[in-house]
Amino acid sequence: MTRIKFGEQTFETENNETVLNTLLRNNMQVPYGCKAGVCQCCLMRSLDNVPPEKSQVGLKDNQQKQNYFLACLCEPENDMTVALPNNEISWLEAEVIEKTDLSTNVILLKIKSKEPLAFFAGQFVNLRRDDGVIRSYSIANIHNAEHELEFHIRILPNGKFSRWVADELTVGMLLSFSHAQGDCHYVEGKIEQSLLLIGTGTGLAPLYGIIRDALSTHKHQGEIHLFHGSRDASGLYLEEKLTTLTQKYPNFHYTPCLSGEVNDEKYTKGRANEIALQAFPKLDGWRVYLCGQPEMVLHSKRAAYLQGASLKEIYVDAFTS
Amino acid sequence: MTETTTNATLFEQLGGEAAVDAAVDIFYRKVLADHRINRFFDGVNMDTQAAKQKAFLTMAFGGPNNYSGQDMRNGHAKLVKMGLDDSHFDAVIENLAATLTELGVSAELIGQVAAIAETTRADVLGK
Repeated sequence: MTRIKFGEQTFETENNETVLNTLLRNNMQVPYGCKAGVCQCCLMRSLDNVPPEKSQVGLKDNQQKQNYFLACLCEPENDMTVALPNNEISWLEAEVIEKTDLSTNVILLKIKSKEPLAFFAGQFVNLRRDDGVIRSYSIANIHNAEHELEFHIRILPNGKFSRWVADELTVGMLLSFSHAQGDCHYVEGKIEQSLLLIGTGTGLAPLYGIIRDALSTHKHQGEIHLFHGSRDASGLYLEEKLTTLTQKYPNFHYTPCLSGEVNDEKYTKGRANEIALQAFPKLDGWRVYLCGQPEMVLHSKRAAYLQGASLKEIYVDAFTS
Repeated sequence: MTETTTNATLFEQLGGEAAVDAAVDIFYRKVLADHRINRFFDGVNMDTQAAKQKAFLTMAFGGPNNYSGQDMRNGHAKLVKMGLDDSHFDAVIENLAATLTELGVSAELIGQVAAIAETTRADVLGK
């Protein structure tokens, strides 16, 4: 018999009972569907002990590493504290330590957490203003001892949050933020794998984090191809840094793409996703990352899959604004 | 080691869950690339759809399942209105067989899988 802690309550499992059945028997409201480990509706996360392997069948590698599990398959071996995905909200506090312009409408925001953080570059956090306005931003930097997080914030003309960042937020101010979420990040273990990363606009932020994580933390040996797309050259806001990176790491390749007019031969004309997917028609065995406009992400996911990438090897982050 | 597998279930002979996983990736790709039927899959969530394909293949492979004819009817009712008919069902069975051939499954076992898949025809097409 084991104990399942869910929110403020603790329940005991009856012999060989699954976490899902224990919760349902106690009239807890949790989503579920097939009860057979297929539909993944009952996805939950263990906040302490590692869930039984059997309950993680079919989940992505990084979900497994983050102790996600399927409640309908989980006959717990140890006591567990469980939560629904994205429902383990507790806010952390950080201080703004840097705010600089990356381009005319993208700001680099750097914050320093007051407590240690667990995150992977490329995941996202929710930033919260005092009055409760919340927006999600991807983490563009790698794990560090200073507990710092970097974000690329695109300033939208009528953006409630981004305009406030641009106009009112200053170094020294405090911000609340959530624990890191999402599965769009580097996964250890396949150091020779080829990586294709496609981003539009500030979809570059998570990709920049993932690339640095791959190259500097994990010494990734396989080829890494980044295609960054923008309408005009001012949107290629990390061109200099990325070009420097290609000089330092021979296996890293950067293709800046412009969908608008091109006046310089160092840029490729066209949409980043179309150029990338034409350049690599065979994606068997590749890992693919797609970040940015939802339309681009959706189309490219299907195309990458049809070109041979396994669905489990395609990681996406669609930016809604 | 070469003992015949007459006692093994179809699901075991095919290689169990690992075989289903391998087959889903190939099968769903074939379906999406097939111009006769891919319009029925426009705008669906690919991960959810792949999970459904997995449930279907597990069933067709003779594996553990909660197959319900009523669910199958409800799930396809909208597609039947869009024109889903026998020709499309045949195309799916064809892709299923091609997937198994690609994975080196014998013609005899492919026949058994196709026969199980065939049992869903009336429910899928709302007949």
